[in-house]
Amino acid sequence: MTQGIDRESTSEIVREFGAKPELLVQILQTIVMRHGWIPEDRIPQLAQELNLSRADVYGVVHYYHDFRTEPPGKHIVKICQAEACQAMGSRTLTEHAHESLGAGMHETADDVTVEPVYCLGNCACAPAVMIDNKTHGRVDVARFDSLVADLREPG
Amino acid sequence: MTTRIYVPRETSAVSVGADEVALAIARESRQAGVRIELIRNGSWGASWLEPLVEVEVDGARIAYGNVAPEDIAGLFAAGLGGAHEKRLGPINEIPYLISQDRWTFWRCGLTNPLSLEDFRLHQGFKALEKALADGPTSVLETVTASGLRGRGGAGFPTGIKWQTVADTAADQKYIACNADEGDSGTFSDRLLMEGDPLGLIESMAIAGYAVGASKGYIYLRSEYPLTLRILTRALELARDGGWLGDNIQDSGFDFDIELHLGAGSYVCGEETAMLESLEGRKGIVRYKPPLPAIEGLFGKPTVVNNVVTLASVPNIVNLGGERYAGMGINRSKGTLAFQLAGNIKRGGLVEKSFGVTVRELIDEYGGGTASGRPVKAVQIGGPLGAYLPAEQLDTPLDYEAFTEIGAMIGHGGIVVFDDTADMAQQARFAMEFCAIESCGKCTPCRIGSTRGVEVIDKMIAGDRRDENYDLLVELCDTMEDASLCAMGGMTPYPVRSVLRHFAEDFASSEGK
Repeated sequence: MTQGIDRESTSEIVREFGAKPELLVQILQTIVMRHGWIPEDRIPQLAQELNLSRADVYGVVHYYHDFRTEPPGKHIVKICQAEACQAMGSRTLTEHAHESLGAGMHETADDVTVEPVYCLGNCACAPAVMIDNKTHGRVDVARFDSLVADLREPG
Repeated sequence: MTTRIYVPRETSAVSVGADEVALAIARESRQAGVRIELIRNGSWGASWLEPLVEVEVDGARIAYGNVAPEDIAGLFAAGLGGAHEKRLGPINEIPYLISQDRWTFWRCGLTNPLSLEDFRLHQGFKALEKALADGPTSVLETVTASGLRGRGGAGFPTGIKWQTVADTAADQKYIACNADEGDSGTFSDRLLMEGDPLGLIESMAIAGYAVGASKGYIYLRSEYPLTLRILTRALELARDGGWLGDNIQDSGFDFDIELHLGAGSYVCGEETAMLESLEGRKGIVRYKPPLPAIEGLFGKPTVVNNVVTLASVPNIVNLGGERYAGMGINRSKGTLAFQLAGNIKRGGLVEKSFGVTVRELIDEYGGGTASGRPVKAVQIGGPLGAYLPAEQLDTPLDYEAFTEIGAMIGHGGIVVFDDTADMAQQARFAMEFCAIESCGKCTPCRIGSTRGVEVIDKMIAGDRRDENYDLLVELCDTMEDASLCAMGGMTPYPVRSVLRHFAEDFASSEGK
């Protein structure tokens, strides 16, 4: 994952979407879903293959929160920071996560990246956390620790 | 004999172990030699009971609440449907559910969302067939007569919007379904898409037929990966069944839907920002006019409707606009899917006619706070909604009544905070969230939000609190009057409500 997408795979995804410039957001989202992040040196290539300016592509890449331009760790832990989770103690949970994982927001430690997320739509089962694209509900500190321990199983 | 067992495949249920419960049921049935049919239904919306398992016995569906994998052996040992400490009784006798007015969400929980056959058994595509038989004019009249208003938050009359698109001549028109449900405290779009995705597809086809659009888009937020899987499959099922594509059911009507993913931007829930994103660009808000109904996606007339708005239409077509308009109060007709969230004992979705009060929802459905402490504040309508103090909770849920008290219903999210909440921090968060999510096009939102955080920090720190109070009010005026869209224009709502009702919290706040 940390290698980032190469030139050839980028072209393949562009072709999958028919090289349509109006599908740029979908193309970038597909790159992130499959490869984790978007290396900056893919921007000129995307611009050329989609007949867009580099500025257009750069702007879109940097506008959306999902489009990371740095490699994340092997696992991504997103902690909901929005109001319904705040009402159920997400601030305390977040502090605990930073301390126990040794990583602040957008930081990576021991191959685990911590990111904020603003609502996972699990507001009746707050606080909510997403780990590697799976949403977990009613996450108190103990449950958080056990979910994270599963990530750190050796092997 | 084969026993049917239902375990929801819905984000909240799965987030608290529904997949593990389903696995345990499959394993136990093999070991016990009991023949079962495991159905992954949608959620009924009683999220507090998830994972909620149902066992069909003699035609009745017996519910068990908060089931864990370790309960399964006991559940089989007691005889399926038999006595068990987690047995709740028949699903259609649970008060939380039976006292609702399920107009839009009636199939959620009841059916297998990914079975075309089950969908057809439960009136699926009946409204589309009726629409195709009655003609577009009749559909437009029915929707207008229903008084349905946009459920995404703005509350604009749906009939007028559809009529405008229908009346605008163009070689191509679009239906753009806004499934970028970003407001904290809301999950009704998700619940509908996961529990009744074919219902949404039918609704969009009806909209397309009514206004003369052959193409639809669903703009789904990326935070809903399970919804993506379910919707993708439902679109395939509809296409394979001849309910999407060219010449639908030999009617001569062509309609297909493309599913697009968002990328984590809150402001893309604003309709024009969503259109920009659908066109592959940054989600930056457009000036209005032109209205999207006249010049929308790719410059063509476009119906932009929220998921729940669209999904309310099939029953309006089936049962008549007057029937829908007969529910609710004043100019707030029909039902709204309220969502009880945050610090609440019985959180979930409650579809009720307008006119119910916030207190009724919180006390009678929600059962008070999860912590058991008194309610301090309730934020309604997402991050741009006001915080209501306890004394305003008797306000009836009605668009105009909420406008009168400087609040809004928005998408129907109700987030409860108990008396430990630090409201100064909540005001600060409103500004901070705006600073993080602002698209940057207009100055009041882009700069105002950052200045807002700074001013609030000074107030919390005790730095010239009175002077900064006045400055914050002035900043709120500027943002409200001069922002391009609701992001900057309504961020002052939660801030002002804290100033008005919880000003003492600025002195007691412990800071960040």
